[in-house]
Amino acid sequence: MLLKDEVEMLRRITLFSGLPPAKLKLLAFTSDRVMYSAGEALFYQGDIGDAAYVILSGKAEVLINTAGGPFKIAEVEQNSIVGEIAILCNTPRTATVRTSTPLEALRIRKDDFLKLLADFPEMAVEIMRVLADRLAQTTAELSEARGPREPVDA
Amino acid sequence: MEPRLSRYIWTHTRKDQLWILVVVALSMIPYFLSFDLPKQIVNGPIQGDGFDSPEATQAFLAISFDLPYVGTINLFDGFQLGREGMLLALSLVFLALVVVNGLFKFYINTFKGRLGERLLRRIRFELVDRVLRFPPSHFKRVKPAEIATMIKDEVEPLGGFTGDAFVSPALLGGQALTALVFIILQSFWLGLIATLIVAVQAVIIPRMRKRLLVLGRERQLTARELSGRVSEIVDGIGAIRGHDTSNYERADIAARLGRIFKIRYDLYQWKFLVKFINNFLAQVTPFLFYAIGGYFALQGRLDIGQLVAVIGAYKDLPGPLKELIDWDQARQDVQVKYAQVVEQFSVDTLLDPKVQAVATTAAVPLAGPLAAVNLTVIDDGGSTLLDHVSLQVQPGEKVALMGGGEVLAEAFGRLVWPASGKVVVGGQDILEMPESVTGRRIAYASSDVYVFQGSLGDNILYGLKHAPLTNQVYEGERASHRKWEVTEARLAGNPHLDVESDWIDYQSAGASGPDDLLVQIRPVLDAVLLTNDVMALAVRSTIDPHRHAEFAAGIVEMRSALRQRLEKEKLSDLVVFFEPGTYNVEATIGENMLFGTITDQAMWADALEHHPFFKSILQRVGLRDAFYEMGIEIAENVVELFRDLPPDHPFFQQLTFMTAEEIPVYEAILQKVRTKGKGEVSEDDQIKVIRLCFDYIEPRHRFGLLTDEIMAKIVAARREFDEGLPADLAGMIEHYRPNRFIASGSIIDNVLFGRIGHKHADGSEKIRAIVRDLFEAGGLYNEVLAFGFDYNVGAGGKRLTAAQRQKLDLVRALIRSCDYYIFNQPLLALDQRVQEQVVRNVFAMLDQSGRDPAIVWVLANPALTDLFDRVAQFENGRLVNDAHVDERPDYKEMAS
Repeated sequence: MLLKDEVEMLRRITLFSGLPPAKLKLLAFTSDRVMYSAGEALFYQGDIGDAAYVILSGKAEVLINTAGGPFKIAEVEQNSIVGEIAILCNTPRTATVRTSTPLEALRIRKDDFLKLLADFPEMAVEIMRVLADRLAQTTAELSEARGPREPVDA
Repeated sequence: MEPRLSRYIWTHTRKDQLWILVVVALSMIPYFLSFDLPKQIVNGPIQGDGFDSPEATQAFLAISFDLPYVGTINLFDGFQLGREGMLLALSLVFLALVVVNGLFKFYINTFKGRLGERLLRRIRFELVDRVLRFPPSHFKRVKPAEIATMIKDEVEPLGGFTGDAFVSPALLGGQALTALVFIILQSFWLGLIATLIVAVQAVIIPRMRKRLLVLGRERQLTARELSGRVSEIVDGIGAIRGHDTSNYERADIAARLGRIFKIRYDLYQWKFLVKFINNFLAQVTPFLFYAIGGYFALQGRLDIGQLVAVIGAYKDLPGPLKELIDWDQARQDVQVKYAQVVEQFSVDTLLDPKVQAVATTAAVPLAGPLAAVNLTVIDDGGSTLLDHVSLQVQPGEKVALMGGGEVLAEAFGRLVWPASGKVVVGGQDILEMPESVTGRRIAYASSDVYVFQGSLGDNILYGLKHAPLTNQVYEGERASHRKWEVTEARLAGNPHLDVESDWIDYQSAGASGPDDLLVQIRPVLDAVLLTNDVMALAVRSTIDPHRHAEFAAGIVEMRSALRQRLEKEKLSDLVVFFEPGTYNVEATIGENMLFGTITDQAMWADALEHHPFFKSILQRVGLRDAFYEMGIEIAENVVELFRDLPPDHPFFQQLTFMTAEEIPVYEAILQKVRTKGKGEVSEDDQIKVIRLCFDYIEPRHRFGLLTDEIMAKIVAARREFDEGLPADLAGMIEHYRPNRFIASGSIIDNVLFGRIGHKHADGSEKIRAIVRDLFEAGGLYNEVLAFGFDYNVGAGGKRLTAAQRQKLDLVRALIRSCDYYIFNQPLLALDQRVQEQVVRNVFAMLDQSGRDPAIVWVLANPALTDLFDRVAQFENGRLVNDAHVDERPDYKEMAS
């Protein structure tokens, strides 16, 4: 897969979809292409996050540690991004991501990503817009979930 | 320390001082003889005194004494010499006296110099020795740079003064006194005048000097503070730049320098004022002689001959007197410096030297329990860090400290001293026990690690170097040098422990000698998870294949083993091997074409652009046009990607093709290509474009440029580079040979003989694991590990990561077999998950090795308490709970 294909791939991810192609190309160029075989972990819950992963091909499962062992909460596949929370803020990984098939991903390092945002404010605005959308959606889901019950003290 | 310098010098150099006084007195004899000789030469042979006739002779070197009552005794009648013979003989005697005087001077000066240097060595050592015995609290008050300045610079003038400390006043005082007595003998009254003026000088000058001394002290203090501030600036440069306070620092330094300037200028003014008054007083005396003496002579009350003799004698007085005053100035100056330094190093609670005495025998294991007895620790600010804590750790017991046990751990590690109560082992206060027991049988590690500059191995073994254990035998020149070292050390009051001796206490690491030491250390390195770090450093190092020929051969043999192994594990795509007949996609085009590495980058870059060989070879193998096309593609991509970025942007570190400054150059070339067409660009520009190809790696850069045809041509060109390379380029390239060690490559490069694929996420991790396995199988593991031990860790261990430094400290403590291990959150820089693993590993390792020491571990993570026998819970410096693990309350409940 060539640089220009990766740019296409990045464009399909909501977080990056609004960015100009030249910037996406730079993001792709500074990122690493990595391959995993089935059953390998991209990262572990609790570790300090240093990169996000855009899945180019293959599947992986998102696991969280519980008292009864790892518990699968979601599955991710092509055209999705994992670990992006950790490159936006300094929190430990909230879950473990383990591949279920051979997987190819683009690893976006936190430092490079933040540097890009700092250099190109239009990119930051775009990312902000996406995050605000997500928040609005989460809020809507939350209020829907609470539904009929009385509001609880925060 | 002795507060008065003169007494300090006298105590330590008494014998030498007396000897030099005797020598100086002896040296006076030829000195005065040489005064008399010119007169003899002029009067005798030259003017003809005693040579009345041309044939007249005189006795030369006649020795006779006139003794009262006995008469004249002739020991030697001398040689009878004529006038010319006498001239020659006396001149030769003069020459001989010059030589003798010179030799005396030479001997006296070197002797004084040696005396001074020895004393300087003694003082410096004594000061450092005191630093080693300072109480812990003192280190919070002193700045390292100031201590260093005191030891290095401030005591330096003491050495120069020592030689003159007693000789000068004796000699100069004697000379001055003789002149004065002579004047008094000539004329009592004039003598009295001279004495009076000398007395005035002796009273006034030292008074004026008082101000000088005050200024001198201030100068010393401000200079010392300046060096402290400068080192603070260096250490705190991150904070300074981060907060934009550099100009505040500039202002502070400028203000300090201004103050120093004022003090120094004041000092000059006073110094020369004192000098002026001194000179004036010295010159007043002859004025009085001329005026008063002359008046008396005119009156006829004084003989003119006497007056001339007095004036003649007086010219000998000011010289010594002035030097004596200068000496006194120097004395007071160094006395001030000395007192200043001594004051800084005089600490009441210094450790007893006995506590740190050298002990070459192994320490006996500690039998009794380690216990804090009613222990209270108060910090500098007066707040209570530990409040009447009593806690006992039995031998072999594992105790976890939680909720603020750091201070107790530090007290166990003797890093803080109690305000009241004490820490005891078997009833004995640990601060009174020799460090050869506490420092060997109790190990302490914390996250506040100090790593010394030197090799990794030196640092790992640092905790074993308690005493010189072997008696190093020297031969020939080295033996006499060692003998000299010992004598000199003794004379300067330094210990003569041999640093060259083997200081490593193999026994306490469970080894019998240097050979099996690594075998004993391995499990510890493994437990602390440092082995892989050391191995990674080791395999990245380059070695000299001639010095380690056998090892290099072993590495080359591993290449095929690695291939078989990878094939067996179906991991062949992890590494792309170098094959003489195949293109290696993971290597650069340049590497593929040369089939070797460049050993001299600067020469290579130059040759690429100017050497006719390169100009023709690409044409010959039919790659020139293809490379030119590819170069343009690369240039276009790079310019597009990087055009908008500022030149100092970190992304440029990932750009291997060109530097940020070259981007506009290539932009201009591309512009020309677009307007004029590809063929019309100048030869130089075309070469610049072609050059870009040499750094291209397809899977890494992903521009999609390489075709099978081009790759085949590149491989075909290898032969040209191998055989057709001109002699002047030969040394620049080291060709790859499957059966030869690449001297310019690292160990791992040599094992792989290929490149790790970019694609695998943890490809290099996997391959390293396999290579480690192969090293183990081939019996090379420890040898490789030893190369890792040679890694230089840099000043303060800065070439290691914080995590590696902390692991190193833990290893340093663990390789020594101790009765008590105190671990004060030693792994803070590691991930929680890894920390947990290390703690469990350490327990397992100690268990396996059959050692059952007591462990006190300050923990932040309650999940690990199941490893321990007891958990002691602290709160605000008080021990609130101390219970066995099975009966302890739930921690989550306590926290809420």
